[in-house]
Parts: sequence; C-alpha cells; structure tokens
Amino acid sequence: MMEASSVGIVRPFTEVFDEPLSLACGHVLDHYELAVETYGELNTNKHNAVLICHALSGNHHAAGRYEATDKNPGWWDLLIGPGKPIDTRRFFVVAVNNLGGCHGSTGPLSVNPDTGRLWGPDFPPVQVTDWVEAQRRLGERLGIEQWAAVIGGSLGGMQALQWAVEYPSNLRHCVALAAAPKLTAQNIAFNEIARQAILTDPEWHEGHYTTQQAIPSRGLALARMVGHLTYMSADGMSDKFGRELREGSFQTDAEQEVVFQVESYLRYQGGQFSTRFDANTYVLMTRALDYFDMASAFRGDLTAAVGAIEARCLLIAFSSDWRFSPTRSREIVDALLCAGKCPTYAEIETDGGHDAFLLDDTYYIELFAAWMRQVDV
Amino acid sequence: MRYDLTHIMPWVAERSRVLDLGCGDGVFLRALETQRGVNGLGIELDPENLIAAAKQGINVIQQDMDRGLDNLPSQSFDTVVMAHALQVLHHPHRVLKDMVRIGREAIVTFPNFGHWRCRLYLGFKGRMPVSRVLPYHWYDTPNIHFCTLKDFEALCAELNIEIIARDFTAADNRGYLTRWLPNLFGVTAVYRIRHRTG
Repeated sequence: MMEASSVGIVRPFTEVFDEPLSLACGHVLDHYELAVETYGELNTNKHNAVLICHALSGNHHAAGRYEATDKNPGWWDLLIGPGKPIDTRRFFVVAVNNLGGCHGSTGPLSVNPDTGRLWGPDFPPVQVTDWVEAQRRLGERLGIEQWAAVIGGSLGGMQALQWAVEYPSNLRHCVALAAAPKLTAQNIAFNEIARQAILTDPEWHEGHYTTQQAIPSRGLALARMVGHLTYMSADGMSDKFGRELREGSFQTDAEQEVVFQVESYLRYQGGQFSTRFDANTYVLMTRALDYFDMASAFRGDLTAAVGAIEARCLLIAFSSDWRFSPTRSREIVDALLCAGKCPTYAEIETDGGHDAFLLDDTYYIELFAAWMRQVDV
Repeated sequence: MRYDLTHIMPWVAERSRVLDLGCGDGVFLRALETQRGVNGLGIELDPENLIAAAKQGINVIQQDMDRGLDNLPSQSFDTVVMAHALQVLHHPHRVLKDMVRIGREAIVTFPNFGHWRCRLYLGFKGRMPVSRVLPYHWYDTPNIHFCTLKDFEALCAELNIEIIARDFTAADNRGYLTRWLPNLFGVTAVYRIRHRTG
C-alpha cells in the first residue's frame, strides 16, 4: 500500500448565495446556503480543483476530523488525503453538502422566508441538475472556472456524469463510481419501501414532525435498514455475519430471545442513522435518485446525451453491486464508445456490494490512484 | 518493446484512432500516442495490466474479448491491433471478424507454429514444443489456439478477410530464409488485414 495519511483537522464553512436559483421543478430559491469543506491548496493557475459529489446520505464532511478525538473521519477519508488517490498534495478538493441536505446547506431544516417556518416537507423537490447548477455557482465563488475533475460514487457519480453532459468544458476529468444512467424499477421500488417506512411512521405528522416536537425515527431507521441491506452483497454478509448469534441460543431451555448478529447490526445502523439524518431530506434525496435520467434531455438517447462530453471519463463498477450492477456502468461505457469517446472502465472483483466504492480494496485503490496521477494540474 | 510491435508501428497512420485488443501494460499504445499522435483505446482483462495501463495514462476498458466485442461500433477505429493474443482466445475466428468490422484496417501478430523448431520438436521428440518464446507446457499454457501461417491465411479466406500486407520476424539473422519460406522460418507473423469488399 501507498503511504497514506490524513488531511488532519478540518473546518466546514458556509457560502451564502442571493442570486435566485431556478429549480427543475419550477420553483425559484431566492436565497440559499451551501455547507462546504476544502482540503489542499488551490494552485496559482486554479487548475487543480477537484469537486467531490456525495451520495444519498453523504455530506460535505468527506475527509479529516473536526476534533482529534472524533471517532470517525469524513466519509471518504480512505480516498482523500496526502498520498491517497485524491491526493491533497496535488489537488484542491472541494466537498459540498447538496441543496436539500440536512447538514448545513439549505434544506427542509431551514426556514422558508415566505412563511417564517421551517420548510419541512414543503422544501422544493430538488434534482441532480439543480445540485450541479448550485455546485457550478459554488465553483465560481471559489474562483474555479474549470474543475480538474468532478468525482462521485452512486448518486454522486450521477452528479459527476451530469456535470460532464451539461457543462462539457467546465471539467477535464469525470469519475463515476458504482453509478447508473438512471434507476431501474427495482431501484425505485427499494426507495419507495424506504419512503413508506418514513411516511407511515406515527411520528411523521405529514412531514411537520419538527413543529410537533416529534421525530419519525423508527421509520427512518427502517428506511436505512432496507437501504443498507441493498448496499451489501449476499456473500459479503455471509462473511461478515454468517448465522452468528448476538444474543440467546437455540437451546430449548434458553430464556433469552435469539438475536442474529445481522439483526443487531442492522438495528444499530438504523438507529444511528435516525439520530443524524432528517427524514424529509431522506425522502427528498431518494426522489432525486428516482427522477435522475442522464438522457432525459435527449429523448432517452444515452449516446446523444454523452455525445457532448469532453472530459476524460473513468467508470468503475463492483462485481457484487446489485443496486447499480456493472451492467449499468457498461451502459454508460457503451454509449461513450458509440459516441466515439474513449473512457476507462474497470470492474472490481469484490464482495463489498454497492458500498464497495467506500471500502478498502487494493486493486480499486491502486487503479484509482494510477488514473488520478495522470490528471494534469 | 517486443519486435513484432516495432514492426507494426509504421503501419499505423499518424493521428488516427487505434484500438489495441489485449493491450497489456499499455506500453505499446502509449508509444503509438507519443510517437504517432494516435487517439488510443485499449481492451484488457487482467487487473494488474489495467493498473499498469492506467499508469501509462492510456484509456482502457476491462473486457473479456471472448465474450464478444459487440459493444464496439462498426468502423469506429482506423486501426485495430491485436498483438500476441490470437492464440489465447477461445474464439479467435469471431474476434478476427470483429476486428475487421470495428476497424477500417486491422493488424494481427501471432507466433508461427509452423516454424521449423516447432516442427522438429514435435517431429523428433514427439512432444509439444517448449521454447524460450513459448515456455509453457501443454497443460498450463494460456496459448490454446496455435496456428501456422497457412492456417491463418486459410481462415482469412474463409472469413472474407483481405490480407493487405504480411511480415515475419526471425529471431536470428535468417531474414533471407524467412522471406523465402516464411511458414518454416518466420517466428512471429505480422498481418495487416481488412474486410474484403465486393
């Protein structure tokens, strides 16, 4: 493995925008704020900026720690830092919490200036194209005319691809990991189960739970459990949990109820998530996923959609990812080939499932690092 | 660089689009990019090779050629190269057909199994040839489809493939013998082919 270390202690900051933003749904946001973190230094020709787009439950805290005692670093600390694939000695890395998020950017937890109350469920249904536009304005604010690379996994990969399609000359490289050109019926179905878990929670209160001093935490936890399950592979789960018991036993005279390790794990993950995530944001983010279609502005023609792309593209898929399987990445790769482009594509052999883009894997890390080293700054 | 690759270099037009099937570590495609200014794409299956190719800065797709090349559009490259990979394929005839479909021209190199050393080895020892160039035994070799120059040319005729040019490399100073009896003295065959029209 390469020498790797951390970006260290980081500080988030907020960028305030007063230029109205017309959203895809027709709503106009007159004022909005974006929570941001940056790592590394912008070089003098402003040629080394890299944008990190987060997935469903991510945010702007992609690397480093706020306090030395923080238990966990940012969500992509594995890949971002000095000597890591997204090398902060070379790149100026920008990570942003998307609009509609719940970790500092304008979203359901913000005050609606028209009513003076929290947006809650009335926050406009933002889409991937809105995020890209907000990110473009953030880049402008930071003095970045062209990104060296726009990078993301899953829903983040979709943003990276949307960038390449919509603003071809504003990025030189595009990295989409475990992505898809649009969701399948099965994908949407899983998202709908997650939403229904939240919407049917007695504490939901039509989304106005905050004003009722309530939190639909059971629904949110259940939504996360379903989601989390689909991010893992069957083999990965067998290796990690098998049929091990956390509590109880199968003895006939045992008094304690049997709890499998996997049950305990999912309950813990769901419970943790419900304390750090907003239910309205979760509903909004899953809808943004469902609505995304790279080719929608091109009458469904994916080859036409990617035709304008100028960025060099890297697509990586993971063998055991059944949420966005390698076949989905291949659709994008094949469209690029049909459009006369020459992307790089790799399928990583792993049992890490959809989450593999967040996990350590020698081959994945080495390939990503090798590819990023040829990104000129 | 292997000598069959230096042989190919002049056959690739400057600033053309080149597809390299089984591009390995990408060194050859990189050389084509820097020396001939081509726009290149590699196809490779092995993970280690993919990393090496990424280090070279070439574009490469991880794909198994034996499972087809249908995703590559017809006539989308000027030249399709496949160096020393024909003999490891399960379906070499299908890949050859795809090569002349995808590229306006194609260049194939392969070890000539009709070389006199192979013939002597098999003829006198009665065992499958093992040599410095082909160091494997019959049971552990990745090379599962050997052919002679005559075999290859017969397949081309069958597949309606036109041979534009051919060249042969000899390991030692037997150039004159190779030109005279290539199927007996050529160690590596280099063929420039295309789909026969009309």
